[in-house]
Amino acid sequence: MTAATGRGRRAAPPGTAARRGSDLARHRRRAARLFLLPMAAVLALVAGWPLVRTVYFAFTDATLYDIEYHEFVGFLNFYYLATDPDWWRSVWNTVFFAVVSVGLETVLGTVVALTLNAQLRGRGLLRAAMLIPWAIPTVVSAQMWGWMLHDQFGVINELLVTLGLIGEPRAWAADPGLAMWAVIAVDVWKTTPFMALLILAALQLLPDELYEAAAVDGLGPVGSFFRITLPLIWPAMMVAIIFRTLDALRVFDLMYVLTGNSRATASMSVYARQQLVDFQDLGYGSAASTLLFLIIAAVTVVCITAGRLRFGTSDD
Amino acid sequence: MRRRRLRRTIARALLHLLVAAIVLYAVFPFYWAVVSSLKAGGALFTVEFIPRDPHWDNYAALFREQPFGRNILNSVLVAGSVVALSLFLAVTAAYALGRVRFRGRSTVLMAVLAVSMFPQVAVLSGMFELVRWLGLYNTLFALTLSYMIFTLPFAVWVLTAFMREMPKELEEAAVLDGATPWIIVTRVFLPLMGPALATTGLLAFIAAWNEFLFALTFTLTDERRTVPVAIALITGASRFELPWGRIMAASVIVTVPLILLVLVFQRRIVSGLTAGAVKG
Repeated sequence: MTAATGRGRRAAPPGTAARRGSDLARHRRRAARLFLLPMAAVLALVAGWPLVRTVYFAFTDATLYDIEYHEFVGFLNFYYLATDPDWWRSVWNTVFFAVVSVGLETVLGTVVALTLNAQLRGRGLLRAAMLIPWAIPTVVSAQMWGWMLHDQFGVINELLVTLGLIGEPRAWAADPGLAMWAVIAVDVWKTTPFMALLILAALQLLPDELYEAAAVDGLGPVGSFFRITLPLIWPAMMVAIIFRTLDALRVFDLMYVLTGNSRATASMSVYARQQLVDFQDLGYGSAASTLLFLIIAAVTVVCITAGRLRFGTSDD
Repeated sequence: MRRRRLRRTIARALLHLLVAAIVLYAVFPFYWAVVSSLKAGGALFTVEFIPRDPHWDNYAALFREQPFGRNILNSVLVAGSVVALSLFLAVTAAYALGRVRFRGRSTVLMAVLAVSMFPQVAVLSGMFELVRWLGLYNTLFALTLSYMIFTLPFAVWVLTAFMREMPKELEEAAVLDGATPWIIVTRVFLPLMGPALATTGLLAFIAAWNEFLFALTFTLTDERRTVPVAIALITGASRFELPWGRIMAASVIVTVPLILLVLVFQRRIVSGLTAGAVKG
């Protein structure tokens, strides 16, 4: 959050130099354009162009083994998509995954951040431990949890059976009714640290006097959290939530490694890639990709507009 | 008086219990991977929290029976080149975006932000065509090129934020001395940006090291795979009998350097993440 307030206070880049002479300013602007050019060219090549081509392919019957030879088919791919229950299932899976895992991560992340913010020994150790799940590659976390959740030899089944919580071992990753929860469990484990660190950064900006005042007013710890802390860290939390939601909507690795192309968990990204690569149907897969892009773009626009309205009233 | 102190002590104990639970939750899966990787043969299928008879067999098999060493080298090469290229392109762009006023500046920033929001799948088919057209399919260059889509916008955002925070007196003095913008970037700002570059580079490195979708799609043969793909595709004698010991060994090898990096650069990573998230 420091960065955000810093930007507000020191918004102007050195304007003095620009004022000193319009010649100099013009020179600087020309240099700036030149400096931007390589970055802009690379982004146009690796992002702009491929996106345009993907949208174009969405309206064709191109295949992966022969991209060049294709015909324009209009909205046919989108019609097939709209009538494919597997696609709608993947949309539902993605939305369900995003809402549940981001929700759980926010709650858990807040608990962890509050703990990290308390004055106690071993805080450094705790923060270091929190960074471990964050640093582990998603593929590796999926494999590690896949082994822990193994139906026959998994340590989780063993523990739960020993504790008497379940009667017999479960096939967590293979059972269609449980697989999505297994995926969510891994995601929550992996990304709660990110949430916690962002919330912690916001918490550390709050002055201690706030809590002293709350204690004088007789607010308990729970009361002071909901009445004082939460409203103050809410903007920072919103940023973290938006960030994580956009990330969760494009999830791929986790489902692909933990449960394969299983229909019970396939996200929109998994569905699109399966059509595109496994079934070699480039046109149809591109149509699915394009829809995913539009959905994420829509969510982004809504979030940014909502965020701007919120920040606009509180900030300046 | 006494009751209040008792309550304080209990609250303290509960807090420490909570800390212990969080640490256990965060660390146990990795610990379990280490333990499993040290078990050979049948020992793998018994639940044992400290291996009674540790073996390195799984680690040896990884390098003997598949090109895992080559996979590690691939990952290092790709992530390293992506970081170097992104930082190089981002530093000059960040100077322009952070310190010069020109028309369309906020448009460029919004465009960069928009690219960082791209779902990778959305560019997959276009990128596939591009990679094939450039003759890069099944080469590491395909990955270096395609990874720029997420490392470059991120680097530009974070470095722009850092550039903005630099005191303007620095630049004014240089301008008075007649320094060109290029000199200002390379001689005035660059020497001061060490920490910023380290943070950005580290986060970009981790992102590239962990990438899976492009690596899975644009490489074909075992020798060209990066580590995440190699780990995801390890298979045993049959489809139903995955060599879990070996998968865990590979997981540990890939994760240990990352954990060391993260522990050493803890503070920087946290500040970089918050800056990136706020800005991005």
